[in-house]
Amino acid sequence: MVSAAGLRAAAGAVPDPELPVLTLDDLGIVRDLRITGDGTVEVDLTPTYTGCPATEVIAADVAAAIRSAGASRVSVRTVLAPAWTTEWITAEGRRKLREHGIAPPGPVVALTLSARCPRCGSADTREVSRFGSTPCKALWTCRACLEPFDAVKAL
Amino acid sequence: MTGPAHVLGLADDALVLAQRLGEWATRAPELEEDIALANIALDLLGQARTLLAHAGELDGTGRDADALAYLRDDREFRNVQLVEIPNGDFAVTMARLLVFSAYQHALYSALRHRPDSTLAGLAGKAVKEVAYHRDHATQWVLRLGDGTAESHERMQAALDRIWPYTDELFDPAPDAPVDPAFLRPEWTSHVDGVLAAATLRRPEPAWRSRGGRDGLHTEHLGHLLAEMQHLHRSHPGARW
Repeated sequence: MVSAAGLRAAAGAVPDPELPVLTLDDLGIVRDLRITGDGTVEVDLTPTYTGCPATEVIAADVAAAIRSAGASRVSVRTVLAPAWTTEWITAEGRRKLREHGIAPPGPVVALTLSARCPRCGSADTREVSRFGSTPCKALWTCRACLEPFDAVKAL
Repeated sequence: MTGPAHVLGLADDALVLAQRLGEWATRAPELEEDIALANIALDLLGQARTLLAHAGELDGTGRDADALAYLRDDREFRNVQLVEIPNGDFAVTMARLLVFSAYQHALYSALRHRPDSTLAGLAGKAVKEVAYHRDHATQWVLRLGDGTAESHERMQAALDRIWPYTDELFDPAPDAPVDPAFLRPEWTSHVDGVLAAATLRRPEPAWRSRGGRDGLHTEHLGHLLAEMQHLHRSHPGARW
């Protein structure tokens, strides 16, 4: 029998399908894992955005990872509360984002703070659009190196 | 007590506006706007899925989100008429998004603290997304209203077009989890502030829409549903 901790690690190591440089643990979306009396592994996932189309793929990937870690019965639930926040992205997750040309989210505050260019590091950047290639990102451009880049929105 | 009929109304508001906003895909004035409207539509669709599934549980029929979205006729939809009228030009789309997202922001802010844990969980999440929608519409209404003579005139005409449909959002609903009238002060404060800053006049229409929550709709909803539902109905049970 595989331990709950081992299964939890397997679920957390699953890559995000839209941002494959990040694992689910980097994003902070695996909320709980339990083994019930009859041996079923129950996993709670929270979506980044309610309409995020990756949610179902993530659930299927997690179920597959749990099975290949040795469990036969898996049930994946989606929980909405407490609501996911970009504060749950780990320091390691932020470093990976930056390394892959995506500005990590700033603190969750009422006004939009400037994103730092992930290529040249300049803070002289401007927001082009609040909405980007996935629900969690915005489009920015750097005035210093002139490169456009994605930034994860603070949420 | 939260009634299934009102939850269905909130679900249908989100679903129908998601469908309308989706019509802008490949047709928006610029690429960034195309992406923005599709993103907003996707957020609304996500809310609709949760709300529809919840309505199906509450009403005891066990219908899932797909059954409710695709297998009801127009008279069974409970959305306000505001969300079903055609997109019009870009200004009409932004006028509607402003009033609707300001309403949803007030709604979800209040629902976060209600005992129904599904609604409260969704609201806690959706309110953060809707804040982005409201901000997006606000920026455009400011830019167009306080822009050129042409953009000002068209933004004002857009407000005049949608304003008769706004009162319906706040009509009394005995089974609503939050009394709609309670949402009006926050809505008015945001919308009036934007209109004033955008040099626009708050319309005073001579008539107002009624009845969406009772299944009474404009002729536009049937056409929207025909497009949205025909694939599912033509190929029942089809899978990718």
